[in-house]
Amino acid sequence: MFPKRSWTDQRIENILGNLLRAGVLLSALVVLIGGVIDLRRHGHSPMDFRVFRGEPADLRDVRGIIRDTLALQGRGIIQFGLLLLIATPVARVAFSIFAFAKERDRMYVMFTVIVFSILLYSLLGSA
Amino acid sequence: MTILEFSLLVCGSSLIAGLVGALTGLGGGVVLVPLLSLFFKVDIRYAIGASLVSVIATSSGAAAAYVKEGFSNIRIGMFLEIATTLGALLGANLAARVSTHAIAIVFGVVLLFSAYFSRKPRSQAEREVPPDPFATRLRLNGSFPDSDGPRSYNVQHVPTGWALMFGAGALSGLLGIGSGAMKVLAMDQAMKIPFKVSTTTSNFMIGVTAAASAGVYLNRGYIDPGLVMPVMLGVLAGSLLGARILIKVHTKWLRLGFSLVIVLLAIEMLYNGLSGRI
Repeated sequence: MFPKRSWTDQRIENILGNLLRAGVLLSALVVLIGGVIDLRRHGHSPMDFRVFRGEPADLRDVRGIIRDTLALQGRGIIQFGLLLLIATPVARVAFSIFAFAKERDRMYVMFTVIVFSILLYSLLGSA
Repeated sequence: MTILEFSLLVCGSSLIAGLVGALTGLGGGVVLVPLLSLFFKVDIRYAIGASLVSVIATSSGAAAAYVKEGFSNIRIGMFLEIATTLGALLGANLAARVSTHAIAIVFGVVLLFSAYFSRKPRSQAEREVPPDPFATRLRLNGSFPDSDGPRSYNVQHVPTGWALMFGAGALSGLLGIGSGAMKVLAMDQAMKIPFKVSTTTSNFMIGVTAAASAGVYLNRGYIDPGLVMPVMLGVLAGSLLGARILIKVHTKWLRLGFSLVIVLLAIEMLYNGLSGRI
């Protein structure tokens, strides 16, 4: 039983690794596109990050970010790419629920669901 | 300074931070926040938000390479992620409540700890520990490929490791760092997990931990696209480059140099925090 289990673990981890890399590269590409649009439009204005003001409401939640992205706002597109990046490890955890379920490991399905819930709470519920 | 000049400068410095972080194995995240807040005079909360996002990028980017070697243990990782994500939520919520001076002081102390940890010799001695009933019930014991076939190992002191992981998650959420050093300490020193398994599993956990606090930072308006864009792209490019040339460079002097930089940044952060400049 042991070699078989470690083989499936290894295969799952390979899929996970590729999932993570694809997510990171995709999000970096989206951030780069948003950055080019934003810098072409605002690149020559003076900058100021010294005082904390907090981001405008539309760059703080999923719905606002998607609205700005569809309007082809550079900053909205960057924020959308960052959202993809944050979603990458969340997707990894979601996939692990499925993988542990396939192995009929109920204890680890439960652990993974707990981690997934904490992540969802952080992304959606803590505003 | 215009936004374009600022973005290029920040991108270049982040690339160097990511490169040196990957070459020394210490991670670039720990120098990003001091770099942005001390030299670019960015508000520390924006700097933490940017660092946190970059940590997700480097951790997830590197994980693909690590998992293929078969060292990381996804059960240990997932079980301990319950602790790190809960800690990260606490840390991220603390970050909004405590003053920036306090954050700078805690950051200085953590930097000193990182520098000390990087100079400490690794425990690579063979150790045979008996199976622990709690760890066995949780199915944490595993095996990894060694030169002469798979070698199995047992996990010890699960509650201590879990508590340390909660602390590592809280620091990650408060300071925007991966806190890989503390995660490795919890697994390698407390739980007696082999060093190689500890470091790769830790790397695997860093992204999930950072994602838990990044959501809170996003909702609170600490993730500024104009700042995060050059930081994240720079660090990611630097760390990918670092992973490619890792084998060719003699890292002993680089590690020593990087530790010295970390100590200097720690003193600077402590001074600025205590005198109320940050």
